[in-house]
Amino acid sequence: MASRLETLNVPHLPAALPAYVVLYRDVQNSAFLRQQLLSGNKEYEYAFIDASMVLSRAHATAGIFRAVNDYMNERLKSHNVHSEIVFALNPANNIAESFRKFGITDSTKDLLVVKVAVSPEITHDSVAAHLEASVQGKPVPFDDETLSEISDVTKIKKVFKLGALPSPGDKTNGAQNIKAKRQLELSLLSAIALRGS
Amino acid sequence: MADDYKPPALPAPFTNTRPAPELLTQGAEAHLYKTVSLDPSIPAALKIRPFKPYRHPILDRRLTRQRIIQEARCLAKLVREGVSVPGVLALDWEGQGGDEGGWGGAWLMMEWIDGPVVRVVLEKWEAWMKKNASSLDSAQLQHEEARVKDLLRRIGKTLGALHKAGVVHGDLTTSNLMLRTPPQVSDCGPTGVSMEGEIVLIDFGLASQSMQDEDRAVDLYVLERAIGSTHPRSEPLMEEMVHGYRESHRGATSTLKRLEDVRMRGRKRSMIG
Repeated sequence: MASRLETLNVPHLPAALPAYVVLYRDVQNSAFLRQQLLSGNKEYEYAFIDASMVLSRAHATAGIFRAVNDYMNERLKSHNVHSEIVFALNPANNIAESFRKFGITDSTKDLLVVKVAVSPEITHDSVAAHLEASVQGKPVPFDDETLSEISDVTKIKKVFKLGALPSPGDKTNGAQNIKAKRQLELSLLSAIALRGS
Repeated sequence: MADDYKPPALPAPFTNTRPAPELLTQGAEAHLYKTVSLDPSIPAALKIRPFKPYRHPILDRRLTRQRIIQEARCLAKLVREGVSVPGVLALDWEGQGGDEGGWGGAWLMMEWIDGPVVRVVLEKWEAWMKKNASSLDSAQLQHEEARVKDLLRRIGKTLGALHKAGVVHGDLTTSNLMLRTPPQVSDCGPTGVSMEGEIVLIDFGLASQSMQDEDRAVDLYVLERAIGSTHPRSEPLMEEMVHGYRESHRGATSTLKRLEDVRMRGRKRSMIG
């Protein structure tokens, strides 16, 4: 089976800095992966994101863009561009808190993995092979449909302090649902863009 | 105007963008480009506030930074409150390359709104009416008038929602009101000018957060004057905008009372500045 690993070329970022992204469900070894991050194992330098905290592709992409743009301008607030992606998803300025809320935990089942090609050795093949050997989980498409089954909208709204917004899924009306999700998504994107202002 | 005008070089990361962002318009403070969002299939508007070489670099950085953040904060707040404005997609206020000699500008990427500005809609409609009004029967005339009235009423309603959310625009003109093109247009009348679609407020470069009647009334007054001077045929229908505004939120009545004062004396309360 071909790898589900997607090469994401975010517009405006240099073509030489693609992000490799893959979404897993039913991950079995989250505790191990988290341990590798904590011990600073370079082999495991990824953005390991708790996918239940990701609303949509646009949400994840905004975090990647913010982190890579800050990386290019040499103003990272955390160790590396991968930890910065996890930090960028969080609207608040607290790094430890963003790992707790958006990063992998021992009980994470749904995991979004991002790797930015910050050095020439990092290629689609190398990332795909390493992830296949290290993550015990089921790769699924990284799209809004799949994410909508995974994301915990209530928790996301709470972290972003957007409790007053209508929840997509509250209403049976399809058009209203789409509108509510769009409004929530745009609110997340602006919060990510404005962090630290 | 010189034909060989070259806009300032794009800041990073937009030097990477393919195809390059397309310059649409430029104001005193900023250049507006059309480009793609972070999703290549979705367009976006990019507002760049370039570095101003005639200002002291530290002052320039601070002003540019303040203004772009203020604009983005207003837009973010309005999206959260459900007012129709373009959402903020990405933002950079820090400039690049250190304090000295670096690029001290800032940029703001926003949602792209598809549709004409209200100024163009009214201009087209007025031009058609000027030429052809005599050929319409009274029912048709009434229908045309009703369409403009409805448009103005919707504008009033949208401004009410804006003010209710605690933001004043600061530069309301019919060029800063857009009509988002709906999926299908059903009524263009004999004029061929559609007035359907959601009113979207744009250009919050001079906006600020305020709940004061004075600021709100000045917002309305500025738009009234703008319509009066650019769309004379629509001016007599202006009362409709006030109606739409009045019904929009609770504070509207006192704002409209203040609007009467402002009409008497003009935009400036104090005679300073």
